[in-house]
Amino acid sequence: MINQIQRIGERSVNFVTQLGVAGLMLMSALFSKPNWKFLRLVGRQVHNLGVLSLPIILVAGLFIGMVLGLQGYNVLVSYGAEQSLGTMVALSLLRELGPVVTALLFAGRAGSALTAEVGLMKATEQISSMEMMAVDPFKRIIAPRFWAGVLSMPVLAFMFSLIAIWGGSFVGVDWKGIDSGGFWSVMQASVDVHQDIFYGFIKSTVFAFVIVWVALYNGYYAKPSSAGISEATTRTVVNASLLVLALDFILTILMYG
Amino acid sequence: MGQLVQIRDMSFAREQRILFDNLNLDIAQGKITAILGPSGIGKTTLLKLIGGQLTPSSGDILFSGESVCRAKRAQLYQMRRKMGLLFQSGALFPELTVFENVAFPLREHTQLTEPVLQTLVRMKLESVGLRGAEQLMATELSGGMGRRVALARATALDPELMMYDEPFAGQDPISMGVLLKLIRDLNQSLGLTSIVVSHDVTEVLEIADYVYVLADKTIIAQGTADEIKSNQDPRLVQFINGLPNGPVPFHYPASDFLKDLATQ
Repeated sequence: MINQIQRIGERSVNFVTQLGVAGLMLMSALFSKPNWKFLRLVGRQVHNLGVLSLPIILVAGLFIGMVLGLQGYNVLVSYGAEQSLGTMVALSLLRELGPVVTALLFAGRAGSALTAEVGLMKATEQISSMEMMAVDPFKRIIAPRFWAGVLSMPVLAFMFSLIAIWGGSFVGVDWKGIDSGGFWSVMQASVDVHQDIFYGFIKSTVFAFVIVWVALYNGYYAKPSSAGISEATTRTVVNASLLVLALDFILTILMYG
Repeated sequence: MGQLVQIRDMSFAREQRILFDNLNLDIAQGKITAILGPSGIGKTTLLKLIGGQLTPSSGDILFSGESVCRAKRAQLYQMRRKMGLLFQSGALFPELTVFENVAFPLREHTQLTEPVLQTLVRMKLESVGLRGAEQLMATELSGGMGRRVALARATALDPELMMYDEPFAGQDPISMGVLLKLIRDLNQSLGLTSIVVSHDVTEVLEIADYVYVLADKTIIAQGTADEIKSNQDPRLVQFINGLPNGPVPFHYPASDFLKDLATQ
């Protein structure tokens, strides 16, 4: 009994300590003074995290849009409401699927890469050597990757939604023969810039913040061994994905509840 | 001649294992000081403590009269500009070329124009004999070459203190000779203060002006190379002559082997 209480206490202390360390790391990243050198580093990371994630995001978006179009058509046509397919596809993508699926893919593709990269830099003493060269790794390694992730993901989510809507129209209009004018005009009338596009943007920014934070923390504090890095990478994908889903529920309540 | 580094009553423990207990040690300016001791005694840890990457449990470490342990983050980074550390692994950036590795600290800390920077990097590479290898990737280098490039990088900002972590470990005789010569030459030509941490006794005693031998969480002997060689402390005799058994036991502490076998 006493052992159990002791274990709970130890875990709680560890959790709070980890949270504190992660918070300090985040503060250092957030309050880095931007200069040209820093912006160049951010640019390079936008390429690594954002541009290189584009193929998986676009391909996934296309298929999800097409599936959504087909499933939506099959349901709506039985009520004679197939003209509303555009609205259904656009709203479900902009409000939910765009930010959430992009975040899950981003956690798998970019989050795991970030953890592995930073973890390996730690294990091979590159971060230590940077410290000894009087280069702050929080500013040189963590901050550019953090900002690049936060900037890239909302753009990726928006592109995901765009190509998915096109996928939906491809199935609905080109294949199933819904009137093109009807599909697009109903969608245009029902999508609200603030309620749908802006809220979707907020969601994806929050998700990006959490994914990159989790990924960088796990990488920076990974055990310096192959097993440690592999464990940290897995932890990043699992923790970030679950946090995204939980936060999505909370944000949805706050925005639409 | 003053002391560049002063360690005062310093203790350090890691995961309940005490590595140093009330250690006092001085590093004289302009000299090569060797810190010898068996593996696992905490020699690398000592360099990390001097560099402020670890904090002692008690006591103080002074660099140029300033406390490393109590320094604020910005102050510590300022101090580190005057220190260079050659890591045992070299710790080069694998995705950069040899040239870019050496240029890294210069690009980070100076606003030098590209031609000046190129000249400086080539001078540093020339001093370690690797100017011809500047376009090679760090991953293409042999262990000895990698360590020389790391040395050029560590001296790029012309530090006052150069720390070498096991510089001869895993080196062939030629590389070892080259590194010995480099450490001695760089110390003289750049007016550095050097700390060489090693367990390669013969090589280190060749170049060291002063030697500390660590064991049992503290210093067991100190003096010039000749004084160390003539010291008759049994722990030192065992270490210098590489004897498998002596005051430092061959076996890691464990319960009685025969009794263990019987109980199994």
